[in-house]
Amino acid sequence: MTDRFRDKLLPVTVLLLGIIALWYAGAYAMNAPFQRDLDRRAGETPAFSEFFVRTMTQPKPTLPAPHQVAQNFFENTFLRKVTSSRSLVYHAGITLSSTLAGFAIGTLLGILIAVGIVHVTALDRSLMPWIITSQTIPILALAPMIIVVLAAVGITGLIPKALISTYLSFFPVAVGMVKGLRSPDVLHLDLMRTYNASRWQTFWKLRLPASVPFLFASMKVAVAASLVGAIVGELPTGAVAGIGAKLLNGSYYSQTIDMFSALVAGSIVAALLVAAVGLVGRLVERGMGGRPA
Amino acid sequence: MSIFLRNWQSVLALALVVTSFAFLPIVSSGAGGTSWPIVLLLVAGAVGGVALGNTVAVSAVLFIAAHGAVWLLLSALTDHAGRATPSFWLLLAASWLLAWRLVTVLSAIRTRDRRTDILLRLFIPFLFGAWLLILWEAIVGGAGIPFVLLPPPSAVAARFANSLPILAADVNQTIFKAVLFGYGVGCGAGFLAAIVADRFTFMQRGLLPIGNLVSALPIIGIAPIMVMWFGFDWQSKAAVVIIMTFFPMLVNTVTGLAAAGHMERDLMRTYASGYWQTLAKLRLPAAMPFIFNALKINSTLALIGAIVAEFFGTPVVGMGFRISTEVGRMNVDMVWAEIAVAALAGSVFYGVVALAERAVTFWHPSIRGG
Amino acid sequence: MTASQNSVVEARGLGLTFDTGDGQVHALSNVNLTINKGEFVSFIGPSGCGKTTFLRVIADLEQPTAGTITVNGRSPREAREQRAYGYVFQAAGLFPWRTIERNVALPLEIMGYSKEEIGQRIHRTLELVNLTGFEKKYPWQLSGGMQQRASIARALAFDADLLLMDEPFGALDEIVRDHLNEQLLKLWARTEKTIGFVTHSIPEAVYLSTKIVVMSPRPGRVTDVIESDLPRERPLDIRETPEFLAIAARVRDGLRAGHSYED
Repeated sequence: MTDRFRDKLLPVTVLLLGIIALWYAGAYAMNAPFQRDLDRRAGETPAFSEFFVRTMTQPKPTLPAPHQVAQNFFENTFLRKVTSSRSLVYHAGITLSSTLAGFAIGTLLGILIAVGIVHVTALDRSLMPWIITSQTIPILALAPMIIVVLAAVGITGLIPKALISTYLSFFPVAVGMVKGLRSPDVLHLDLMRTYNASRWQTFWKLRLPASVPFLFASMKVAVAASLVGAIVGELPTGAVAGIGAKLLNGSYYSQTIDMFSALVAGSIVAALLVAAVGLVGRLVERGMGGRPA
Repeated sequence: MSIFLRNWQSVLALALVVTSFAFLPIVSSGAGGTSWPIVLLLVAGAVGGVALGNTVAVSAVLFIAAHGAVWLLLSALTDHAGRATPSFWLLLAASWLLAWRLVTVLSAIRTRDRRTDILLRLFIPFLFGAWLLILWEAIVGGAGIPFVLLPPPSAVAARFANSLPILAADVNQTIFKAVLFGYGVGCGAGFLAAIVADRFTFMQRGLLPIGNLVSALPIIGIAPIMVMWFGFDWQSKAAVVIIMTFFPMLVNTVTGLAAAGHMERDLMRTYASGYWQTLAKLRLPAAMPFIFNALKINSTLALIGAIVAEFFGTPVVGMGFRISTEVGRMNVDMVWAEIAVAALAGSVFYGVVALAERAVTFWHPSIRGG
Repeated sequence: MTASQNSVVEARGLGLTFDTGDGQVHALSNVNLTINKGEFVSFIGPSGCGKTTFLRVIADLEQPTAGTITVNGRSPREAREQRAYGYVFQAAGLFPWRTIERNVALPLEIMGYSKEEIGQRIHRTLELVNLTGFEKKYPWQLSGGMQQRASIARALAFDADLLLMDEPFGALDEIVRDHLNEQLLKLWARTEKTIGFVTHSIPEAVYLSTKIVVMSPRPGRVTDVIESDLPRERPLDIRETPEFLAIAARVRDGLRAGHSYED
């Protein structure tokens, strides 16, 4: 336990504290010119300590100080009713629902395509190069069009956003799963051959279990991508609800504090999602007799 | 029996062609004369694909039949958009099945000749991509899907060819200014930070978990803040790209620098090699596969970052700007043209990095093995 | 020519040529060999002599390009489809996500044995390789020697009469190896199986075998077949007797003859 503290927790904590200190310094530096301007117009010449406090308490600072963001985040998360449109929990919930819907469909689709690619040569030779190539394409650029075009035919709300999330999470899962299904070494495949095992048996008893670590590694990437997709998908809808909408609204009205706390909310959702996938992955691998790390 | 099972695409195609007789002509307003060449081509392709023994002959017959038929089908649609009959769809499905059969035949070819192999490796996915476009064109045209919902590829291509100066200006603004600058600075800074972290174990232990966490966060969300700070021009987009590319580079380089084996490190110790010598001669070369991994990930991230950041505000040029404004005007063909450019740029960018990787890490098993 | 009732593997003029980028490699050339029921046959030779390839041809993991081979009087493919042999690879190759007993159960599940039957066979074969008590362990919790014993148990579980072993103890240290060799002989005596065993250790080959096939590379071929007249009952110290040393010397001569061919 003390080793873990010394090797990991202590350095991380020190570094985080350092980042917060830098953030304060940055907030002072970036907010100072505007504050100076303000003070000059008001004809005041405050002492440095007074001036410093003022740079940390502007209502629309260029860079909000950490405590401003923390306070805003706390108020909008814990003190508001969950159904209120100012509650971050409400917005995070909206974003989370389309993220999860898209992630679930995308993962299923990715697994199915991977199974097809591994078993059908024609698919492997014709589809696989496109899947690899499409990873190099900024697919996210499609997001506004999907939203707007679907809205034009009357489909709005969760489905278009989930569609973008599906699209973004499908590729990493397909690629990772193909890798995983092909990961058994020749020795294991030869072994199945000496048993005269059918393709089906080889799939269930060898390929599928061997692919599990690959599946969860790619699902971690996919769930993060899914969330990004949902957030970006919320931008062009006129910003009704969700973390992306909150960001866009903030940028319309220069509400930097709101924007930062929306970012914090998004980051927490992302971290929780990735951690949840990682946890499930670890549990499944432990259930399969994986060596504890 | 097995010959039919092996050629099930051809058999099914034949069945579809026969069924289509019940619904002729192929478009609901006259012009039935063109359907007989299509039927003949498809029947010849289906029968020839089964009867001929030689792979080359089978491929040639299937190729001509499938593509000839679908070309006739598409040209029958000119001036008759949205008037396709069930017969049209059956014949389209039959041509597609023959193309599938062709891909299956081609995929089964095992050749020792390197050049043929490379040609096949390129041609099979090319066929797949071409059929994606063909089906897209045929379905949009045949079913008369509204232009706003999904323009046919031919319209996108025409728009692309007519808007080259605009597209070029957008690429210049987004890629040559924002992406390349941001990518260079972001990757460079990430690399340097990793070297610094490497010198101090304490830093490394703290940075790695933080960097890993940040890599999973929706960093793209800082785009509106950067636009607020650095203005509408490319500098704000470059800032987004810098932040997005910094962390993957940092994490991968730190991991890569730890990748050199104990034996090799002990060897360097026996030479009394200093820190920088070990870094230059052993650890950096060993880290190269990881560094290139980050460069490849970042090539896509950089494009995404710049384009999405432009959704939050730009001068009147740029790929993200064009996409968001043309979507608003419902000029979807222009949006698709811009997306095609983005796809092309992304692939080229990635390809250049991958080529550099091949040149630098030629010794790595993943490259050696092909 | 009719194979004798007794023969398990019968190879006549067997050849196998691989096409590689650098041209053709003659992995096997004109191999004639009979393995009789109940024999312990070792294949010995330097790397590249085709000993592993020959074993893989018997197992239908490679297809010969010349000559004929029968296993139990049928083609290797038919023999494989009837699950006529158990195969032990160089590495244990246990599935890391299965316990030892589930690993032994793997071939039985594939071959459709009933649940009770699988339970009985796991018990019996693990007892045979002295792994009783380790049923619930995962492979990584066992030593290398124990892992290899588990993989032998896996090959024995479905009662094939022929056991093919491709350098099964190659990665283990000398002491563990001696121990496993002794156990393998006991197992062979108890089960009366026919065993094909690839090795590149002369003492191991002489100690285990009733017949030693000496092979040499480029092209891979059989240079000598030595029938051992050592008694079936073989304590470890038999390796110091003059009879043992005489056979070892003949194997060594055979290997040397094969080598001088190439230089």
